[in-house]
Amino acid sequence: MTAELGHFALILALFMAIAQATIPLIGAERGNAAWIAVARPTAILQFLLVVLAFACLTHVYLTSDFTVLNVIKNSHTDKPLLYKISGVWGNHEGSLLLWVLILSLFGAAVAVFGGNLPPALKARVLSVQAMIAVGFYLFMLLTSNPFERVFPPPMNGQGLNPLLQDPGLAFHPPMLYLGYVGFSMAFSFAIAALIEGRVDAAWARWVRPWTLAAWCFLTAGIGLGSWWAYYELGWGGWWYWDPVENASFMPWLAGTALLHSATVVEKRDTLKGWTVLLAIITFSLSLLGTFLVRSGVLTSVHAFATDPARGVFILALLIVVIGGSLALFAWRGPKLTSTGLFQPVSREGALLFNNLVMTTAAAAVLLGTLYPLLLDALGGGKVSVGPPFFNAVFIPIMIPMIAAMAVGPFLNWKRSDVLPALLRLRLAFGAALIAGGLAYTAYMDGPVLGIIALALAVWLGLGALTELATRVRLFQEPLADSLSRLFRLPRASWGMTLGHFGLAVAIAGMAGAGAWTVESIQVMKPGDKVAVGGYEFVFDGAEKGKGPNYSLVSGRFSVSRGGDTVVVLEAEKRVYNVSQQPTTEAGIHTTWRGDLYAVIGDPEGNAGAYVTRLYFNPLVVWMWVGILVMVFGGALSLTDRRHRVGAPHRRRAAAAAAEA
Amino acid sequence: MNNRVLFVMPLVVFLVLAGYFAVGLTLDPKKLPNMLAGKPVPDFALKPIKGRDDKGFASADLKKSVSLVNIFGSWCVACQVEHPFLMELKATSDVPIHGIDWREVDPDAGPAWLKKKGDPYALVGDDPRSRAAIAFGVTGAPETFLVDAEGVVRYKVVGPINKALWDDTLKPLIDKLRQGGAS
Repeated sequence: MTAELGHFALILALFMAIAQATIPLIGAERGNAAWIAVARPTAILQFLLVVLAFACLTHVYLTSDFTVLNVIKNSHTDKPLLYKISGVWGNHEGSLLLWVLILSLFGAAVAVFGGNLPPALKARVLSVQAMIAVGFYLFMLLTSNPFERVFPPPMNGQGLNPLLQDPGLAFHPPMLYLGYVGFSMAFSFAIAALIEGRVDAAWARWVRPWTLAAWCFLTAGIGLGSWWAYYELGWGGWWYWDPVENASFMPWLAGTALLHSATVVEKRDTLKGWTVLLAIITFSLSLLGTFLVRSGVLTSVHAFATDPARGVFILALLIVVIGGSLALFAWRGPKLTSTGLFQPVSREGALLFNNLVMTTAAAAVLLGTLYPLLLDALGGGKVSVGPPFFNAVFIPIMIPMIAAMAVGPFLNWKRSDVLPALLRLRLAFGAALIAGGLAYTAYMDGPVLGIIALALAVWLGLGALTELATRVRLFQEPLADSLSRLFRLPRASWGMTLGHFGLAVAIAGMAGAGAWTVESIQVMKPGDKVAVGGYEFVFDGAEKGKGPNYSLVSGRFSVSRGGDTVVVLEAEKRVYNVSQQPTTEAGIHTTWRGDLYAVIGDPEGNAGAYVTRLYFNPLVVWMWVGILVMVFGGALSLTDRRHRVGAPHRRRAAAAAAEA
Repeated sequence: MNNRVLFVMPLVVFLVLAGYFAVGLTLDPKKLPNMLAGKPVPDFALKPIKGRDDKGFASADLKKSVSLVNIFGSWCVACQVEHPFLMELKATSDVPIHGIDWREVDPDAGPAWLKKKGDPYALVGDDPRSRAAIAFGVTGAPETFLVDAEGVVRYKVVGPINKALWDDTLKPLIDKLRQGGAS
């Protein structure tokens, strides 16, 4: 019964979304207040219906109802509770349901909290939001129904892919989806603005927090995914330029650009057409990311069930949403006139430079991701594009941007000089040179890129701190005054400083782990010693055991440095009962200098010897810390007063009118 | 520079991409290269499953006539979907279908399943430890290999066989192989 109830709720939600997509839009066009008012209740009801559907699916998972196909395919009675719950979204159909749940949640949030939006704009935004939802409901109901029944039901389920039975995965997709779907708000606002033919500071003020929130979730989601890959896959790596990873990274790049260009629209009333286009592109890339791996056009190591039958629907949906919005942009975009003028060397210029680099980088990643598909379509056979391509293309694009990133915040709006900014940064420049020099002497035989990246990280990190110091007039005024300035700084400025500083920390981590990882693969008998990255690993032997739904081999390594014991690492290899699929649980010890990382492989011979892989990954923890700092900065900026207060923009608009 | 053109550019770029997607959809990424195509079947000798007191199933059995080798398991939902069609094939076609009962945790489960639903197989081998399945390069169940009279693998089907696949692909291939063998 529960499955049918969920199915029915989903159908009702579709009809609610159809009403929400049409009536308020027509009402806004004709100025009919009653029709405009339909937006609010439909958005809220739509949300409640999806909550009901999601609750139903969760219920059939918790009760292990094996008459439901989705549960059979992804669950098993002896699976721990957390993974019965995360199994709800750990599959194609359920993850779509999570997608629409978040989509309708955001719609309802605008409906409830968007009181200070002009009613017509709000109605149009909610209508566009509902149009996206209609597409998703149809896709689910016609091709990917999570509530499909099976007769006769099997005795037990097939279990969730053991790689996905991990807390990292339980939270990683919801984070990513909050990010992807969050960009739908920026998209809906952009389309509404195109329909109205008007983009102003008030519009940007609304778009910015949504974009920022989506960006925070996406950053956290990508970070979680990377962390999960690092400790769960047991390959000692954290980024593989896999299509699925790229799918989340492209909207991040475009979203970061959008975040910066929306600031220009808000403060300087220019770059309007570009910002609207970026909002469309960012969400389009999110859609592409959601669908690319499901459509069957691309395969990936962690693809959901790919099914070409769904592909046609997906392509049609992409063409309607992306093609439609870009056509609208081509038609109405030229009407969005900008008033603010600026010189190339200025804050606007720097932000535009950021935008160009970010979109170029996103385009490069898109090209690399789609290249196998493009070649295949031209009859060139199957190829895969791997990390060498991405590293060779992506890193050189980013280097000038990181270099410029430290300078940008020192530039004034409209027009500025580079020289004073550079003079303020002389300390950071000197420190970067020293860091580069130290890295060179320590790792002379390593890749040059690592040294450059580390120097850039120091440059950017100190640059961000210098900017903060300049802002509070540190050493120019008494310390007490500087401190009080520090506390009175707007949270949005803190957000920028932390965002840039966090990226610097993360880059240091990527440089260390990317360039100077030490790896050693060998067969070890109990008592064998191996030296890795200045540490000595002694294999203490391995023993067999049992977990709740898997059997395991657990190996122990005593690690010492210069004769002092550092830690005893335990590495596990699990084989899950249902699928017989093995997974590795690496033994990891984290320090500021780097991670000690041990993996146990297959037994070799009968003398208790095992294949082992040992790593020293320098600075890798800095990457996660940096990402956390970035997310924290974004969240802090979200709490800035100006996002909550709707009134000032009217005064500012009036002042601007008076100036003119 | 005409401003208008600039605003139309994104749409043009997207439509070109969409064209590629459309072509990409007609290609099947699941069509994995069949490593065994044109090569002799790997060597294997499997014990019979419980309840069938024949000699089991080995690679030598495949060097007699054109035949199908079907990888199945009682645990596999897609095999349940495929099963009625295999029964139909047994009744209507003269191509022997051999089965490899793959990865049964309980040795009684496979025989019980066949007893209940019907047994379409000429020979069945029990492969609980994936010995033969790995040699065949099986990626999942069900999978079916078309083997010619010399014991050379000619075609591989990933997923259930159905009527359309049989009529359009397998049957013509089998007819061709048989004619080739006769001439």
